[in-house]
Amino acid sequence: MTGESLAQKIIAMASGKEHVEPGELVWVKVNTLMIHDIAIAGVVEIFKKEFGDNAKIWDRNKVVLIPDHFAYTKDDMANNNIRIMREFAHHQGVEHFYDLSTKMARGVCHIALPECGYTRPGEILVGTDSHTTMAGAFGTFAIGVGNTDAAYILGTGEILLKVPQSIKVIFEGVLPSYLQAKDLILKVIGDLTVGGGAYCSIEFSGPVIENLSAEERMTICNMAAECGAKSGIMVPNKAAINYVKNRTNINFGVILPDTNAVYIKTLVYDVTEMEPVVALPHSPDNLVSISEVPDIKIDRVYLGSCTGGKFDDFMAVANILKGKKVLVETYAVPATREIIEKLINEKIDGESIFGILSNAGVFISLEPCCAACFGGTDDTFGRANKAMNILSTTNRNFLGRMGHKEAKIFLASPYTAAVSALTGHITSPTTFMDKI
Amino acid sequence: MKVCDLAGPTFVVKNNIDTDQILPGKYIKINPASYEGYKELGLVAMSGLPDCYPPFASNKSGKTIYKIIIAGNNFGCGSSREQAPIALGAAGIKVVIAESFARIFYRNCITSGELIPLEIKECLWQKVETGLDAQIKFDKKKIIIPALSREIEFSSLGPMIEIVEAGGLFSYAKKIGRI
Repeated sequence: MTGESLAQKIIAMASGKEHVEPGELVWVKVNTLMIHDIAIAGVVEIFKKEFGDNAKIWDRNKVVLIPDHFAYTKDDMANNNIRIMREFAHHQGVEHFYDLSTKMARGVCHIALPECGYTRPGEILVGTDSHTTMAGAFGTFAIGVGNTDAAYILGTGEILLKVPQSIKVIFEGVLPSYLQAKDLILKVIGDLTVGGGAYCSIEFSGPVIENLSAEERMTICNMAAECGAKSGIMVPNKAAINYVKNRTNINFGVILPDTNAVYIKTLVYDVTEMEPVVALPHSPDNLVSISEVPDIKIDRVYLGSCTGGKFDDFMAVANILKGKKVLVETYAVPATREIIEKLINEKIDGESIFGILSNAGVFISLEPCCAACFGGTDDTFGRANKAMNILSTTNRNFLGRMGHKEAKIFLASPYTAAVSALTGHITSPTTFMDKI
Repeated sequence: MKVCDLAGPTFVVKNNIDTDQILPGKYIKINPASYEGYKELGLVAMSGLPDCYPPFASNKSGKTIYKIIIAGNNFGCGSSREQAPIALGAAGIKVVIAESFARIFYRNCITSGELIPLEIKECLWQKVETGLDAQIKFDKKKIIIPALSREIEFSSLGPMIEIVEAGGLFSYAKKIGRI
């Protein structure tokens, strides 16, 4: 019998089998199901149709409801979805409901999930969003699904899964000061392409991954989705384990892949000499090294989303913007309320991160949500409502993604975004970083 | 239940058509499971495509004259929004033929029962134009393009065929006695 990858091992456990093979279809027990506002109406409708108007969900303690996409808008239909979520939570007795304008409010689901202790190692987490893969940073097998699958899980606690093949990505060497997790994952996407990880679980490892902070690891697993992967996953390191332990009392065990596990592909990177990278419009795999980027004037810098709206991301930006003024309009959307509080409380040389960004001229939203990352309604903070060049720390730069079809989106790390905000052109952080 | 053969005009697109092109983000507030939402999704299906493509669906009826989409690699990449395959189905598309599909889109097509995703091994989208007729013979696993005098084999749906034949995940689960 061949060894099992991390994904295989977790799926085998959750399906009650000794061993599972890639390609096999298995029924798997789900530990946590997350549903957000853009899926809730469809999910509830399917659930009622299939299980009955008065049916109860399989386990009200395992369902997490988070409004985050159309969270702060005047749009009636968008707000109605949140009303449906409210009614459903009330009717079903779901307490893990992070409703807006209540003390429970959090923000972007993929950051709220770890903050509230749902991303436990070795478990199965299913969410109605493609970037659910983010929880893989904690050793959770985490996948995105559509409404029908979510409605099925609501009623049964199960999902029919095809066991994925695994791709191994190893990062070795010494991480230069100017390089961030965003550069690493963009590099992988550039090499694998946007379809190159389809149906696979990407397992990240190596000394660089071992030493990354929990939030930087999350950036990498988040964007495994951009390769089309089913999941991005890592054996949790100390930082990840401590993060989870501080957020939950539920016990968990750390699972390791077998040493003789089979990987269909292995990519090895030495990061020591690696350059920052930029994804040009209109695909995350349209990648160039920063030294090869032509001179591109930017009209806006956008800092936010699950990928780029974490505390570490703003800390990186603040390190560069401290005592300076941005030259182009710069929008920042912290992913959660907890991150906003941390930005206010944490300081660099006596000045809060919030103060540094604000004094540098950054427009900071106090409404944590997905905002302009996916476009949203016309009244969305930071949305591209006309043709423009945007340098963004988000995860996708598809045509029309942030609103206007003629807007061009360039994806880069928080460092690159911050330095470019100061110069008005896409600029490498490499020389800049030596000065701070 | 066997899947019925079908024939009709095709709409042709290239590689990596993402879910933002199939259904832009501002429309994902629409509930695809409601009668009104379903109808509305047909109106805006494929509205994120660049302007070089011909119009997809009528902006009055929300219906398209096409029955089949022919695409390149990685069709449906990006978001997990089930509104994307539903929008295509609501407009009247029955089958998407592609060299490959993005995972969640493929899964959503099958679990919702809205579309049948068929994979082929050749770069058909570069050899045909929007408007050409195609016929699909499910029993023979063949796609026939009369204008090219070609018969193209599509890959087996594998174990997914049972869900497709049942008409979606819930029908399948009932059929096998799981729920």
